[in-house]
Amino acid sequence: MATSNNSSSSSGSSGNGAKKPLGDIIYAGLTRGAAGAVILLSIGIVLSLAGNSWPAIVKFGASFISSTTWNPVMSEFGALSSIAGTLISTIIAMAIAVPLAVIIAFFLVELAHPVISKPVGYAIELLAAVPSIIYGMWGLFVFAPFMADYIQPALQRWFGFLPFFEGPPMGIGMLSAGIILALMVLPFITAVMRDVFQMVPSVVKEASYGMGSTTLEVAREVTVKYGFSGLIGAVFLGLGRAVGETMAVTFVIGNSHDISVSLYAAGNTIASTLANEFTEAAEPMYISALIELGLVLFLMTLVIQVLAQWWIARTQKKAGAGL
Amino acid sequence: MKLVKLSIVAMFVVALGCGKQTPPQAKQEEKNAAGDDAAVPAETAEAITLTGAGATFPFPIYSKWAHAYKKVKGTKLNYQSIGSGGGIAQIKAKTVAFGASDAPLEAAELDEAGLIQFPMIMGGVVPVVNLEGVTPGQLKLSQSVLADIFLGKIKKWNDAKIAKDNDGMKLPATDISVVHRADGSGTTWIFTNYLDKISEEWKTKVGTGKSVEWPTGVGGKGNEGVAAYVQRIKGAIGYVEFAYALQNNMSHAKLQNVDGNYVDPTIESFQAAAANADWKNAPGFYLVLTNQPGAGSWPITGASFILMYKEQDKPEIAKEALNFFDWCYENGQKSATELHYVPMPKEVVELVHTLWKEKMASGGTPVWQ
Repeated sequence: MATSNNSSSSSGSSGNGAKKPLGDIIYAGLTRGAAGAVILLSIGIVLSLAGNSWPAIVKFGASFISSTTWNPVMSEFGALSSIAGTLISTIIAMAIAVPLAVIIAFFLVELAHPVISKPVGYAIELLAAVPSIIYGMWGLFVFAPFMADYIQPALQRWFGFLPFFEGPPMGIGMLSAGIILALMVLPFITAVMRDVFQMVPSVVKEASYGMGSTTLEVAREVTVKYGFSGLIGAVFLGLGRAVGETMAVTFVIGNSHDISVSLYAAGNTIASTLANEFTEAAEPMYISALIELGLVLFLMTLVIQVLAQWWIARTQKKAGAGL
Repeated sequence: MKLVKLSIVAMFVVALGCGKQTPPQAKQEEKNAAGDDAAVPAETAEAITLTGAGATFPFPIYSKWAHAYKKVKGTKLNYQSIGSGGGIAQIKAKTVAFGASDAPLEAAELDEAGLIQFPMIMGGVVPVVNLEGVTPGQLKLSQSVLADIFLGKIKKWNDAKIAKDNDGMKLPATDISVVHRADGSGTTWIFTNYLDKISEEWKTKVGTGKSVEWPTGVGGKGNEGVAAYVQRIKGAIGYVEFAYALQNNMSHAKLQNVDGNYVDPTIESFQAAAANADWKNAPGFYLVLTNQPGAGSWPITGASFILMYKEQDKPEIAKEALNFFDWCYENGQKSATELHYVPMPKEVVELVHTLWKEKMASGGTPVWQ
């Protein structure tokens, strides 16, 4: 942004042969400063997280990542259950949300009449703006009882032989948290995917139809391939939100520091643990361990971002995508 | 370009505007501070604002008292219920006039930080269950059964050990789902402290804490979270502060106290537990009211504490804080009972007065006379 603005202003002023207007200089400075502040801020966050979690890093070392013990009384902390819970809930959420988002976005752009697609589009944007605490309370008071009374017993009846659906149907737990997360990230992913699909030039699609492709073939071979990097971007946007989501998950995940194969069992995520335990943590080592959890979450997000960039770059080369 | 300039100008104007507004406010504060010196917080004098932070458990009553006190004396209380841990941290950082904690600090820790503590209000923690066909107070739990349930050793409601205490009661074969607090909490501290006292196994395996490594169960956020989970899950047992059990119309269990009697949680049984407490011989008021003797004592009773500095830099603020607490001891009893808290007995208040006189000072002059 800063550079593009700079170049346009310099070309304008060079024509006059006069000095740069003061406003331009201030504006360039402001934009550069703002951009630089973002980088400084990120570095600052990492440094302060690392600094404050140093006592825990020194004391627990690698066992912080590999141990499931979370015992504030004895001051022994291991983050494995939180890390696993974060990953599992995110995987459930993405497994549900991504296919649904692709279908909804495709329907809105390619199939639906504007009379339908416009209000549905607004509704999706509205859903994306609902605060997460609302999802949490709705999850606890409405969705969890519904899960406990209908969905979980049904799943148990049909798939009860699988270890994922063992245990009493409480309505709260890893599965409910994953589904709530899916509902929360769905509007985000859908909204971006819809924009991506809309950007696919109609000439390309028309050419494909002209060659006798069916609607499904156009969707698969043209629309999705053309906008592939945009779609991946949408997925990672949703992923980023799911990994760090706090309040909604805290309400429905059941908050126990255990790892269980059963998705009916209670678990926890890094964000929910922080939300729950930070207020009453008085011991220095306890606080330090919680901050190290924050550091782990930060690094997880970083790794996801890097992987996403790397993957987009790779697939773009391979598929020759348009966006 | 013009737009940019305009917006910059606008920013300056806004900044200037803010700048202009600040001085009168600052003056107001100076005036406030000057008003404090008079130490007569009558309606006519400038209002002081007291700041406090800490425990969530007494928050409803503190805010009710603060509201009433403001009407009478004009002093405003800004109490932030950020949790006991937060309250201790804030008073140590000297950002507030007083801290509040559900778990008492030990005398050594108080001395190290230069703090005093005194009990302000008492309340009870109540086990609540969700069992079909069981009415409030019908289920009796002995000490060992309660501990074994929360240790995850008794897994079914029709276990022989539970049936033994409940003659003739039909208990279902449902699984017991333990519900505990997920967030660190003074309520948890009181509850685990009780289990710690009645069960050797709990003591060695889990211990006492605001959050502990629970052997079993799911965690709800806050009293309301635990209440919601217990109401949701069939066969659940959890623990909440007494007021929540009443408000949500939940089925509580009778507990066995030290004397072997099964008692219901009521204001009277909390008072019975408090009456037997020996505050006089508790150094620094370090006294935990769980498992107190007495035929009618509720075993899981707890007090909530206020923390203040011994040496006060701002005696007028400290004095007004003590005025407020004293007013609460004197006039706040009715509203406390209405909210299902137990006010401190007279003898304890006298002990607290003595503590204020003897221990709190500002440059050698006692703050409270």
